[in-house]
Amino acid sequence: MQERNFPIGAPILEVKNISLSFGGVKAITDSSFSVLQHEVRAIIGPNGAGKSSMLNCINGIYKPQEGQIKFKGEVLEKNNPNLIAQKGLSRTFQNLALFKRMSVLDNILVGRKLHMTANFLQVAFQTPQAREEERVNRERCEEIVEFLEIEDIKDTPVGKLPYGLQKKVELGRALATEADILLLDEPMAGMNVEEKREMCRFILKVNDELGTTMVLIEHDMGVVMDISDNVVVLDYGKIIADGPPEEVRVNQEVIDAYLGVAHD
Amino acid sequence: MTSKPVFMSFSKGDIINLIVMMGIGLAVIPLVVQSDYWYSSILIPWLCLSLAAVGQQIVMGYAGQLALGAAGFMAAGAFALFNLELRLPYIPFPVNLMLSGLVAAAFGVLFGLPSLRVRGIYLMVATLASQFFIIWMIDKFGWFKNYDTSGIITAQDIVIFGKPFTSPLEMYLVVLVVVTVLTILAINMTRGSPGRNWMAVRDMDIAAESMGISLLRTKLQAFAISAFFCGVAGALFAFTYLKSMEPVAFDIKLSFRILFMVILGGLGTISGAFIGAAFILLFPVVLNTLGNEVFHGMVDATIISSIELVVFGVLIIVFMIYEPLGMAKLWENLTQKFRVSSAPKTKAQLGRKQET
Amino acid sequence: MTEILFFIEVVVAGLLAGTMYSLVALGFVLIYKASSTFNFAQGAMVFFAVLSFVGFMELGLPFVLAFFVTILLMGVVGFFTERLVLQPLMNESEDTVLMATIGLGFVLEGLAQAAWGVEVRRLDLGIGDFPIPWIIESTGLFISALDLTAGLVAATMIIGLALLFKYTKMGLGLRAVADDPGAASSIGIPLPSIMLMVWTAAGVVALVAGMMWGARAGVQFALVDLALKALPVLIIGGFSSIPGAIVGGLIIGASEKVLEVYVGPFFGGGIEVWAPFVLAIFFLLWRPEGLFGEKIIRRV
Repeated sequence: MQERNFPIGAPILEVKNISLSFGGVKAITDSSFSVLQHEVRAIIGPNGAGKSSMLNCINGIYKPQEGQIKFKGEVLEKNNPNLIAQKGLSRTFQNLALFKRMSVLDNILVGRKLHMTANFLQVAFQTPQAREEERVNRERCEEIVEFLEIEDIKDTPVGKLPYGLQKKVELGRALATEADILLLDEPMAGMNVEEKREMCRFILKVNDELGTTMVLIEHDMGVVMDISDNVVVLDYGKIIADGPPEEVRVNQEVIDAYLGVAHD
Repeated sequence: MTSKPVFMSFSKGDIINLIVMMGIGLAVIPLVVQSDYWYSSILIPWLCLSLAAVGQQIVMGYAGQLALGAAGFMAAGAFALFNLELRLPYIPFPVNLMLSGLVAAAFGVLFGLPSLRVRGIYLMVATLASQFFIIWMIDKFGWFKNYDTSGIITAQDIVIFGKPFTSPLEMYLVVLVVVTVLTILAINMTRGSPGRNWMAVRDMDIAAESMGISLLRTKLQAFAISAFFCGVAGALFAFTYLKSMEPVAFDIKLSFRILFMVILGGLGTISGAFIGAAFILLFPVVLNTLGNEVFHGMVDATIISSIELVVFGVLIIVFMIYEPLGMAKLWENLTQKFRVSSAPKTKAQLGRKQET
Repeated sequence: MTEILFFIEVVVAGLLAGTMYSLVALGFVLIYKASSTFNFAQGAMVFFAVLSFVGFMELGLPFVLAFFVTILLMGVVGFFTERLVLQPLMNESEDTVLMATIGLGFVLEGLAQAAWGVEVRRLDLGIGDFPIPWIIESTGLFISALDLTAGLVAATMIIGLALLFKYTKMGLGLRAVADDPGAASSIGIPLPSIMLMVWTAAGVVALVAGMMWGARAGVQFALVDLALKALPVLIIGGFSSIPGAIVGGLIIGASEKVLEVYVGPFFGGGIEVWAPFVLAIFFLLWRPEGLFGEKIIRRV
């Protein structure tokens, strides 16, 4: 890989010995791994391996029964998604979690929430500060819309868009947060080769230009090998491998886990 | 297609609309409409109930919280204003009016608390508590009614900076100005970040939280602002329409009517609140007139009011099935059709057409 | 001693009155179990059913015949509700369906009044709303015959429904439908006829509840508001549980009477109009799924 604007640094996110279960069902067992600053990190594993649960733990939707998660050196306690978002972590969801009745631009504008500080009274009375803030953030969102090449649908309610475009909008919303780290849960699911290539380009470009750390779940091995700096492999809620793609690819345990497992 | 000007939440077209509407409201109507009946029985209640419906719209249409207790907050506002005028008469009326809205807002926060844990019908039941509790409280504690036992308490006259506003036309102008100002504020909020936060919570709360939106703050804010609007609306309703203070006027039936205004008018639009209020208010009038004129009073009044219930009910079902976004959406579709057919098609509109 | 007796009396009266709430709540639960719909119109169905029943009697139908004609009518109402309201809204959100059933409630209230008029009817079931002498003699408790009858009727209906659910083919089908309507109909369970049965059953429950309430307070529009108190009952008991509806009703009935008698006087009385709702709020904060409901785990 060529010289990067933002060289990979120290761990920014550390998952330490976390375990999560629903009732009696174990979703994650005693798992640890670290995400390094500015890297693109993939999480792979067969269906039901606990990948999404892992992201949900990191972003505070699920509360792991054991273990701790450190973000920027700070232990995330009493973790609730909005507090974690405020610390600089954003995400997308596996089954799309867009605001269906809102327009594309408004969805992305919600991503700017943490950059908008005017309170409801200032907005109600349209004080100069509120107007300026709205203008600046709208411009920022228009840039994202342009970057993702979705200008022609920006006023359409998201619920009316096809799946692939919705995935793009969700990425746009996550990008709008300008978080230090983005968790992308299957950003390329259901896309064709062309669309996947485009999505990869977006992800790498953001990583390169802004230095955003990316953690993504992906099933397409080709994509994973292409764009990730490091790969974590989960199977049955346990981490069975962690390292650069070329190492993970030849790891026997990983090969076994994937043998005979059909992928969509 | 270029985007709307973003210097404020109102585009040029909006401002023209606003000027036209204010012109009609402040100049044309007072010149044309001479009959007091129109002011006292149609325009004033319409504006008051529209304002309450805007409040209901904020909490239900925008924030997606199924609350059923608007009339309770209206009662809180009405009796707050009565007591403020009674006990602090030296405070100017407009200030007292806003203060009564704040009193209602406090109740809104209190009874909005359950929304942090529950939704849907559960929340509806919890908010019914506010309805019954507030009315009961006003009824049982004589202080709120200034220990008046006659049962008929007259609302004070509206006096703003020494000038009394007592004729139907004058009261209409007061109501019009208050409702217009508050509606503009509501539109600004719903088009800006508070509105987006509410809608985000409505459409997908977990994602909203992951974007840094605090559910607690956002929901309670919606409840507070909604109750504020209802409180001011209730105060105006009592002082300019009822002209007397009676808790029964704010019973659960009124809450249902306001709920219907929002559902039929269209969830999630401010204009829907006004359209819905007009419909709910005018339809019975039309039905009664029909009963009198066409059937010459041969149809019993109770039958007419029963038909009213059936029609409202059927309309709600029909709208839920065919157009959950209500009359405002129908209107929008109609005007859009007109615009699309008269203006050259832009790329965006073409794109939209293909998708829908 | 008299104070304890009085307390028992209050509680018993509350429990028995609570069974009337249970009866209304039971109708909600039946529909919810079968179609996962919060049928807000259940209160209106109570009013509609009993007003029609009284109306048929006024037309000269004997008691039993009027009873069965009303049940038939409720079946028809259920049929049309299912066809015209619920089926078109099958894939809509819970809130949308709930609002539609609010609309349905108004339709039923309006139809009932248009057909039978608005005046308050007396309904004489031959059971007086006065204390039963032999209970006073033997225990010193003043317990109303009507309350006791309502309690017995409610108990009978609950046992009957429970047996129906557990041991009949219809009950089995119903449980399958409740679990997964698509799968149930694909293995040959006749969805429409199951739904019709459920709605008719809910209609019967509504009629009986309406008769009990009507005998006490007169057959009038206020029944609709009384039926609103079934909502806190459901929150306490859980929307999908028949025992929950019963226990919830008893809790609401007893606590509202106890609160009214012992706490009410400090506030000038009348707290029973809101006490059940506030009680429901505390329950919501403590156990949102209700006493007997299943804990909901939201997955992302």
